[in-house]
Amino acid sequence: MAAFKETKFPADAPAAQKALGWVDDRFPLTKLWNDQWGKYYAPKNFNFWYIFGSLAMLVLVLQIVTGIFLTMHYKPDAGLAFASVEYIMREVPWGWLVRYMHSTGASAFFIIVYLHMTRGLMYGSYRKPRELIWLFGFAIFLCLMAEAFFGYLLPWGQMSYWGAQVIVNLFGAIPLIGPDLSLWIRGDYVVSDATLNRFFAFHVIAIPLVLLGLVAAHLIALHEVGSSNPDGIEVKENLGADGHPVDSIPSHPYYTVHDLFGVSVFLTIFSAVVFFAPEMGGYFLEYNNFLPGDSMKTPPHIAPTWYFTAFYSVLRATTSDFLWVLMAGIAGYTAFLWLKSKLSGMVKIAVSVIALLMIVGMLPGALDAKFWGVVFFGGSVVILAFLPWLDHSPVKSIRYRPDWHKYVYAGLAIAFVALGYLGTQPPSPVGTIIAQIATLYYFSFFLLMPWWSEMGTFKKVPDRVVFHAH
Amino acid sequence: MSIEKQVDSSRRGLLVATCAAGGVVGLGATGALVSTFQPSERAKAAGAPVEVDISSLQPGEMKTVEWRGKPVWILKRTPEMVASLAKDEAELADPKSERTPDDLTPEYARNQHRSIKPEILVAVGICSHLGCSPSSKFTPGAQPSLPDNWGGGFLCPCHGSTFDLAGRVFKNKPAPDNLQVPRHMYMGDTKLVIGKDEKGEA
Repeated sequence: MAAFKETKFPADAPAAQKALGWVDDRFPLTKLWNDQWGKYYAPKNFNFWYIFGSLAMLVLVLQIVTGIFLTMHYKPDAGLAFASVEYIMREVPWGWLVRYMHSTGASAFFIIVYLHMTRGLMYGSYRKPRELIWLFGFAIFLCLMAEAFFGYLLPWGQMSYWGAQVIVNLFGAIPLIGPDLSLWIRGDYVVSDATLNRFFAFHVIAIPLVLLGLVAAHLIALHEVGSSNPDGIEVKENLGADGHPVDSIPSHPYYTVHDLFGVSVFLTIFSAVVFFAPEMGGYFLEYNNFLPGDSMKTPPHIAPTWYFTAFYSVLRATTSDFLWVLMAGIAGYTAFLWLKSKLSGMVKIAVSVIALLMIVGMLPGALDAKFWGVVFFGGSVVILAFLPWLDHSPVKSIRYRPDWHKYVYAGLAIAFVALGYLGTQPPSPVGTIIAQIATLYYFSFFLLMPWWSEMGTFKKVPDRVVFHAH
Repeated sequence: MSIEKQVDSSRRGLLVATCAAGGVVGLGATGALVSTFQPSERAKAAGAPVEVDISSLQPGEMKTVEWRGKPVWILKRTPEMVASLAKDEAELADPKSERTPDDLTPEYARNQHRSIKPEILVAVGICSHLGCSPSSKFTPGAQPSLPDNWGGGFLCPCHGSTFDLAGRVFKNKPAPDNLQVPRHMYMGDTKLVIGKDEKGEA
């Protein structure tokens, strides 16, 4: 480390420049700005799919700020919570706006994050060397789901109450420790004041702290390896005379301006929803949640908020009849692994043992369909984390994959949306069968990806990114 | 210079001991924090037994009382309702209440009507699937979400599990178990205590 040295400025230098120099000598302010954004070289061929990262950041700030103001009026007490939310809505000046911004912000956050993940999926943003960026992002997604779940109990409406009751009872399906685990999570025999208090603590401080740390890690990892792009070309492999990639451009001001445009479009749509349709027809705020939570009476139809319904559908699709299909699927997959996979013998044996245990556990009289529902529900989320190692395609971007791959991806989108829609609906025999087919497709997409992703004739990836100057 | 990295065993020993002691304190503190999640003494006290007077209950009428924050149903079944319990046994998942009987069905309720007195059903109105409270569907016959040969019972609105009038779950439904019959006893003819029986508190 060099000795401390005060930067010298001419006597007539502007005061702001001197002040910044004084700070930079003591804290790497300018360096941080340049590393993280100002002189961060990003590929110049980003399309509109690349707006959602910045938008997610914006919504995170929006949620934190509106959340802080809501806690100033909200009472985390089972006897007072519902009334305090109505107090915010009716009597706190502009309280309704802050509350609707927060509740709409939650849904907006998930829309943005799902689109952000879709982008990653289409352009292979998770591929080497960006595996850790993807894993940090996955952890952010988990935190976001926890945040949404804990937050949804706080208004203490009927849906808050019974939604929490159902989800906490999911843990009760775990053999042996399940019932005690649910009791421990609730802190009472049913969802109660103790539950509300701890969910409040998780929602306003514990999870947000973790979330902020993960967002920092996500961005640091991204700015370390550099952004991918819609062509999936590693721009750092083609450097110009100035040492920067020839296909890249400093983020500021080029992407600053792009992002500001995206932000204004987003805020226009967001405001329209906040002011004209904050409940979004019962999808953003469910109608039953305008009734106070009542432990004696379950509402006639319970559904989680829309952003959970795809995974919730997987849970509901796992009926005791469907377990036979799943058993056949697991057996078939294991046989396929022995025949086709390049994995080592030990891994194959380990997989076979796990598969055998699962099949035995699914036999009638072993573990309940309820338990397996929870396993596949969790599995449908966790499987996303493995994408960097499941995708073996020689190209990153969907642009240069064989055309039929696009149909495989479209199938995944359809399955996911179908599951999401069915999860909002009351259970029906036809709906269950569709959900079961979609569940099979969803899992097959990921589990068979190591094989199908290398099949077919790939197009040649160009040397330079596809970019038309405007 | 030959300042080799030699391990000073006494310092290494001290280091290990300090880390171990620190680790134990850390684990203890974690244990204390984890324990705060358990039901508090107040929550446990609120789980005390409740007494219910059922003298005013008419045949075919159901009363719901709160015990440990859960709805407990007390249904006075009509003779037709009791008769329906014999007819549906083939369609039930566990007609004889044999699954986890220690938790779900006290000895005195391990019978067809799952109760002490044949006409009075006492059951916790919480579905064994994911904890929703089923709704009463006492009218027999075909109706939405129910089979055509419906003999009266309960339907869970969350995931469509159905139960007969003794709280026994029908086959191939999301709910794996019958409704829980809490430990209960009669004190006199018309006074019922829920959460406690001759063997002590639940």
